[in-house]
Amino acid sequence: MLSRRIIPCLDVRDGQVVKGVRFRDHVVVGEIVELALRYRDEGADELVFYDITASPEGRRVDRDWVERVAREIDIPFCVAGGIRSVDDAREVLHAGADKISINSPALERPALVGEIAGAFGVQCVVVGVDSLRDEDGEWRVRQYTGDPSRTQALRKRTLDWIEEVQRLGAGEIVLNCMGTDGVRRGYDIEQLRAARAVCHVPLVASGGAGEPAHFADVFRDADVDAALAASVFHSGDIAIPTLKRELRAQGIEVRA
Amino acid sequence: MRVVLVDAGGTNIGSVRYALQRLGTDAALTADPARIRAASHVILPGVGAAGPGMRRLRDAGLVEVLRGLTQPVLGVCLGMQLLCERSEEDDTECLGVVPAAVRRMPGAPGLRVPHMGWNTLRATASHPLTEGLRERDTAYFVHSYAVPVGDYTLVSSEHGQPFSAAVGAGNFMGMQFHPERSASVGAQLLRNFLSL
Repeated sequence: MLSRRIIPCLDVRDGQVVKGVRFRDHVVVGEIVELALRYRDEGADELVFYDITASPEGRRVDRDWVERVAREIDIPFCVAGGIRSVDDAREVLHAGADKISINSPALERPALVGEIAGAFGVQCVVVGVDSLRDEDGEWRVRQYTGDPSRTQALRKRTLDWIEEVQRLGAGEIVLNCMGTDGVRRGYDIEQLRAARAVCHVPLVASGGAGEPAHFADVFRDADVDAALAASVFHSGDIAIPTLKRELRAQGIEVRA
Repeated sequence: MRVVLVDAGGTNIGSVRYALQRLGTDAALTADPARIRAASHVILPGVGAAGPGMRRLRDAGLVEVLRGLTQPVLGVCLGMQLLCERSEEDDTECLGVVPAAVRRMPGAPGLRVPHMGWNTLRATASHPLTEGLRERDTAYFVHSYAVPVGDYTLVSSEHGQPFSAAVGAGNFMGMQFHPERSASVGAQLLRNFLSL
């Protein structure tokens, strides 16, 4: 039986893992490979590395650390940030990443999703979607969320965008619910359920994890394939072995 | 032991190579027919689609070379599918060394395609490739096409319906999952292949 996946997300700046509010007050939390191996040992099912310097500075992901991670770890990993072309994707995939994730560049030019899928297959194309509920009650997409001064609210409805990127060739969708992100009160079940209803490829929940019960809720109530979190893992507030034990006790299939 | 990785442009070549290095084996990347024929073990990796995958093998002049190999050959993911007779993906004629046809995995509510993530392996035949595989062991899959279960199936898995997770036909073997990304289970199965 297919397991539900637990995915720690690591922010990378200048080749090191950092934490903090994006673009402000960054604290280096460790060396990339070292942290990747620690999460691997603890039972992470997959890792996402988000290159927070690459995208706003308009430069590519540094191939060097991707290759170092690929050499050392034996679980899948995805690289996000700074991928705006088939060439960028090739660089990162050839360095050893299993998947690439695109967000703002896909909004700038949706055809990019299909171009990368055509070149390397849908299985390695993840589309990240940042979404927030507007005052009229609709969830809509946000762009350039990495930099608060540049973040834009788009007219595009989140659910329409999720359908569109699947038609274009997205093999997986990460839905980052900005309303619950960073608050640690649980994933946005309502929005994720709505997304699930239109998402036929794997769906990854992001934003809001604060305790193990939140993971159980999102798997059970929103039927997502994976749950992503950052701060609760980095701070040590949730240890992956404990989390998996609790999920298993609730009858949720996770990898031992 | 001289292990080669067939370099036909698939994107997971690096990852497979690193996985072998972690096992202490340095595999050369090559598209040279002579070096491939002279190898003790041949690995055909590959991520992407069947049509372009076969085209790359044809362009590199490797179709007959691979068909004629007598040493242990391992296809990984798309590489395994290319060992089969045909693939529904792009309606592609493949190498035909494993008597199977590759089919699109049917999706359904609650059943996502691509099949992506860690799934349980079940050995269905006794074979040196699956030595040490235990019940409830899992491996990492990511694919939309699959080989049905048949006489050639060594390991099965299930996503809505059973499919071949590993196959074997004589010296030709394949793994649908990614051993290079399947933690200790993947390492064990790669080690098994290298000891054939």
